[in-house]
Amino acid sequence: MINRIERRWTLAAGVLCLGGIVLFVCLAAAALLAFDEPGMPNGGAFFDAYVWRVARFTLLQASLSTVLSILFAIPVARALARQTAFPGRVWVIRLMALPLGLPALVAALGLIGIWGRQGALNTALAAIGLDQPVSIYGLSGILVAHVFFNMPLAARLMLSGLERIPGEYWLVGANLGMRPLSIFRFIEWPVIRGLLPGIAGLIFMLCATSFTLVLTLGGGPAASTIEVAIYQALRFDFDPPRAIVLSLLQIIVTAVLLVAIRFLTPKADEGHGGGRRVRRFDGRHGFGRGGDWLVIALAVLFLALPLGSVVSSGLRSDLFRLVSDPMVQRALATSLVIALVSGLFCVISTAVMIRARQAALARRRPSTAYRGLAAAISASSALVLLVPPVVLGAGWFLLLRPFGDITTFAPLLVILINMLMALPFVYRVLEPAMATHSARTARLAASLGLGGWHRLRLIDWPGLRKPVLMALSFACALSLGDLGAVALFGSQDMVTLPWLLYSRMASYRSTDAAGLALFLGLVCLVLTIAGTPSAANDDHRRQDDVA
Amino acid sequence: MTLLETNSAIRLRDVLIQFGRTQLRFDCAIGKGQIVAVTGASGSGKSTLLNVVAGFETPDTGSVEILGEDVAGRDPVERPVSVIFQEHNLFSHLDAGTNIGLGIDPSLKLGVKERAKIAAALGRVGLDGFGKRLPPTLSGGERQRVALARALVRRKPILLLDEPFAALDPGLRSGMSSLLLDLHRQENNTILIITHHPDDVRALADSVLFLDEGRIILHEPTAQFLDHTDIPAVARFLGR
Repeated sequence: MINRIERRWTLAAGVLCLGGIVLFVCLAAAALLAFDEPGMPNGGAFFDAYVWRVARFTLLQASLSTVLSILFAIPVARALARQTAFPGRVWVIRLMALPLGLPALVAALGLIGIWGRQGALNTALAAIGLDQPVSIYGLSGILVAHVFFNMPLAARLMLSGLERIPGEYWLVGANLGMRPLSIFRFIEWPVIRGLLPGIAGLIFMLCATSFTLVLTLGGGPAASTIEVAIYQALRFDFDPPRAIVLSLLQIIVTAVLLVAIRFLTPKADEGHGGGRRVRRFDGRHGFGRGGDWLVIALAVLFLALPLGSVVSSGLRSDLFRLVSDPMVQRALATSLVIALVSGLFCVISTAVMIRARQAALARRRPSTAYRGLAAAISASSALVLLVPPVVLGAGWFLLLRPFGDITTFAPLLVILINMLMALPFVYRVLEPAMATHSARTARLAASLGLGGWHRLRLIDWPGLRKPVLMALSFACALSLGDLGAVALFGSQDMVTLPWLLYSRMASYRSTDAAGLALFLGLVCLVLTIAGTPSAANDDHRRQDDVA
Repeated sequence: MTLLETNSAIRLRDVLIQFGRTQLRFDCAIGKGQIVAVTGASGSGKSTLLNVVAGFETPDTGSVEILGEDVAGRDPVERPVSVIFQEHNLFSHLDAGTNIGLGIDPSLKLGVKERAKIAAALGRVGLDGFGKRLPPTLSGGERQRVALARALVRRKPILLLDEPFAALDPGLRSGMSSLLLDLHRQENNTILIITHHPDDVRALADSVLFLDEGRIILHEPTAQFLDHTDIPAVARFLGR
């Protein structure tokens, strides 16, 4: 509900943002399709045994990672939803937010510190006389790492779903004397089941396009995903035809997945809680309570131990020397600038597109063009997922090679690729917040003639500040920790922190690597904490809701 | 009817609104300076009727005239109406005075004169000195009074209220009705108020618009409406 002129401008800006994104992605795809080099045999020959093996492994590890993450996440989310007020609950939830903002590379180091050959687990197993060490390299390592990243993501999404259940349900449940199993069957499970297709799709997609973890933990061609194979084809073998075949395969795989998710995901049910603090009457005593504690403790250990390992080995390195190293300083500055610029680009363009979508759908019966625009905007995050960073990078790599040294374009490309990477996440954070905000304020603002800059300043910014900053810090953290785009374009002239960390790891300077990992992890930690709503904020918001 | 044609504040002509399979049709004229109660079962189209007048909803066909002018294509703010909803009338992060100030100037450039106006408006709704209070610290009735105060400073000739008292206790309701009536007598504005309560109808309305399944089936003076027993939907509404 906005006035006519503003509506037109909003739509135009939305079309512009969307167009830019689509163009950026499609040019890369076109470059891949059109690449033609003498001596390139026709496509069929390229789908050889190697390519098929890589594809099979990609799907296998993604399915297993998804299933394991969700199976672990359900009890964790349930336990956290049931235990509404134990001391440190908010810290557990913050801990769960951490992996998503944590650079994959840093997590990989931490996981090696716990699950690796010389890690805590194998040392402990050896101490009690077992000499079959758990191997972190290969499929098992990839699975552990993917669960480390995606279990908390799934648990948080489920938890927020569970917390949207109206408080009256728990009162009624208690009043009817429902046992925990019935509560799960009739109240909790329907909510979780509704969320599952979306969550599973997201996790599957993240795992199928996982790059850094597979690169560092895959440990060889036997456990290589399509993305890693693309990177190796371009950067090591310089075999563009193979990179193209793999890229197309990746696009086909993600396209099929996206279509499947689209059909599987039911329409999201808008929660209509009364906004009061939830009081639950189950799981307060005995077995249920003990089980909840056990599950929470396991999850905390699973997440906190690798992080602790990063901290302890990081502290053992010579941090002062590292901080005063000009190379590190330059890498930090480069990383920060890239992260901030790409984060801002991402949040602004996403907000503009969401607003344009709202404007397009504001009419009772929007025209086909408007409906198309709205659909295109909500599909844009899928488009970004469709063409993962390494594929995007590969396309632009081939596209820009004729125009001179690729390193001159590197900063801009990394910024744009990072921005696109963050877009689906930012969209997920901003869209519901902006929808609620609009439902609450749009008609009122329209009836008072509040528009443009004044509405932005007086109504939208105060109301949306938190989700916007949250999205920004998420986007920055993602970009700060990214290795995918930098791996293709990084050079002596453009070194980011993750790239530096990866080179130090590769050259076996592991104490330097540990120190850098701690450093990078800390920066992302700060950003993530800044982006996570605290309990105090929640209370404030709940109060506001009453008004 | 010709008298109404020339002297009407709101005139809906053959307005048709389509929501999927349901069709709403409105045709009515509302005289200047009247208080008209809009009633009917939920889902009968009361809010839509108000939204059409306010400009939140565009009719598929038909025309809407306000004070003799066709308002097709005009944004809500360009129409001479103020709206008060059941809830969420105030921006909860802005204090009461600022919320009222938005009614004077959406960019909130408020001088001494404007601040005096805000204070006076608060006084008129019985909330002297509440200017700095944030909406979450006010009671439901107080929040609706602030919304009324904002409507007062906007000085629009037409006031639309969508169940403004629905969230209030019975005691507060009657207090709010008499406040609304007082303000109406001072301002001589035209009021369209959606209500579910025969009490409100009795206390406030000059005439009643009764809706059933998307049609206006009655538009008549309050006394006459209250005597109806022949139409089942009306009898149900009146609790007979």
